[in-house]
Amino acid sequence: MALIFEGIKKAFWLLITFDPEVMRITFLSLQVSGIATLISLFIGISIGVTVALSRFTGKRIVVSFINTGMALPPVVVGLFVTIFLWRNGPLGFFGILYTPVAMIIAQTVIASPIVMGITLAAIQQLPQKLRLQILALGATRLQMVWILIKEAKLPLLAAVMAGFGGVISEVGASITVGGNIKGYSRVLTTATVMETSRGNFDIAIALGIILLLLAYFINLILTQIQQRERPR
Amino acid sequence: MKKWVWTGFSIFFFLLLISSLCNAQKTILLSTTTSTQDSGLLDVLLPVFEKKTSYFVKTIAVGSGQAMAMGQKGEADVLLVHSPAAEKKFVAEGYGINRRIVMHNDFIIVGPPTDSAKIKGVKLASEAFKKIASTQALFLSRSDKSGTHTKEMDIWKAAGIKPDGEKWYQQTGLGMGQNLNVTSEKKGYTLTDRGTYLALKKNLGLDILVEGDAILLNIYHVIEVNPAKWPKVNATGAKAFADFMVSKETQEVIKTFGVEKFGSPLFFPDAGKKEEELGK
Repeated sequence: MALIFEGIKKAFWLLITFDPEVMRITFLSLQVSGIATLISLFIGISIGVTVALSRFTGKRIVVSFINTGMALPPVVVGLFVTIFLWRNGPLGFFGILYTPVAMIIAQTVIASPIVMGITLAAIQQLPQKLRLQILALGATRLQMVWILIKEAKLPLLAAVMAGFGGVISEVGASITVGGNIKGYSRVLTTATVMETSRGNFDIAIALGIILLLLAYFINLILTQIQQRERPR
Repeated sequence: MKKWVWTGFSIFFFLLLISSLCNAQKTILLSTTTSTQDSGLLDVLLPVFEKKTSYFVKTIAVGSGQAMAMGQKGEADVLLVHSPAAEKKFVAEGYGINRRIVMHNDFIIVGPPTDSAKIKGVKLASEAFKKIASTQALFLSRSDKSGTHTKEMDIWKAAGIKPDGEKWYQQTGLGMGQNLNVTSEKKGYTLTDRGTYLALKKNLGLDILVEGDAILLNIYHVIEVNPAKWPKVNATGAKAFADFMVSKETQEVIKTFGVEKFGSPLFFPDAGKKEEELGK
């Protein structure tokens, strides 16, 4: 128990003193997971909406694949991304293994199915007649999609939060593709793992608390946007 | 909508491009065991090396087994490992060149203060292992092909015991630090390197029970990955790092590292010596 208080104390101390190392890894966490979430929004929403609005045979199978994708284990994603990015691997010529970019790629692979799955459900639960109505009012197909997305704002922002929450807290992929390199690819989660194995439990707890604070502030902002104008 | 998608992708590939350009800088991929990182030794040595040579060292801290697997695939430039038998095979098969001795410390057998297997003060590690087996005291093995695990297997072999599948022999698959925590919680026995034990001691309920046997020597070598086998390897960088590790100044740093914090050094510099001369 004393360790936990020690950790809380340490967390505040690290934050108040703007510890440069902690600031750097916190900023990198935010940067990597933020960019990954943004990219996964483009991928997840575009594919999610497309699948939700189209009718084709085998749709249920595709949807079940997407939903299974929400359960992708980060370690497995990390392993596959690593194998692709090895310098003797198929994408080795990029030379980006053990860089933050590799971490962004892995986290995008993890977050995209989450965003996709929730988008799919969000668009599908809108009433069918809404689409007809919008089209009848003379909207183009693209305009209709845009209105539908705005209509599903609430669950879509939930998708953003779920995606971001999924990647900011994962460690398996980040440590395999990023390598936890000091001052370069070390993020909050990988640093926590390392400090735990070094026996610095107070610092590990402190890093965990900082991670939660970061997640809280991001979600606070997103919730503000989400709840701004309650639908009538 | 579509515009967004395209902006997203172009930002993404822009980042890709930038990072691959950054990578054109001189980087060295160092694959090493967790003990060199967890003890903090590399945090002291790497900044000196990077300042001196302007290389950027990417350290991937894994078990010695995985480190050599990466070297075997050409996915590392230089290795700093402690698994002599596997290293010799690695070099003999042509994956590595210029294997040079860097330093040593030692392994110890730790266990609960109550010591139900009565191994405290036993001279031979294999003798202690025999006692653990005959009293069926709980033993926690890392079982991860790390240098420590390889050493543990050597000692079992010397004791003439096959512990696999025994009820008192549990395989955790964890790193050294975590394995020590599990051992402490379960009041079992385990083999550990002294550095990690000293670093974690304050949170552990484990005592040093056996030490000083010649078989418990823990020797670290630096090996350059063979560029003839893997042309993409940064051979000059690897050589520069290996030379740095055995240089006089670095060996001085190793000699005093940890004295301030633990009261005794964690590693003993050995550059230029022969493996057979150690532990005498």
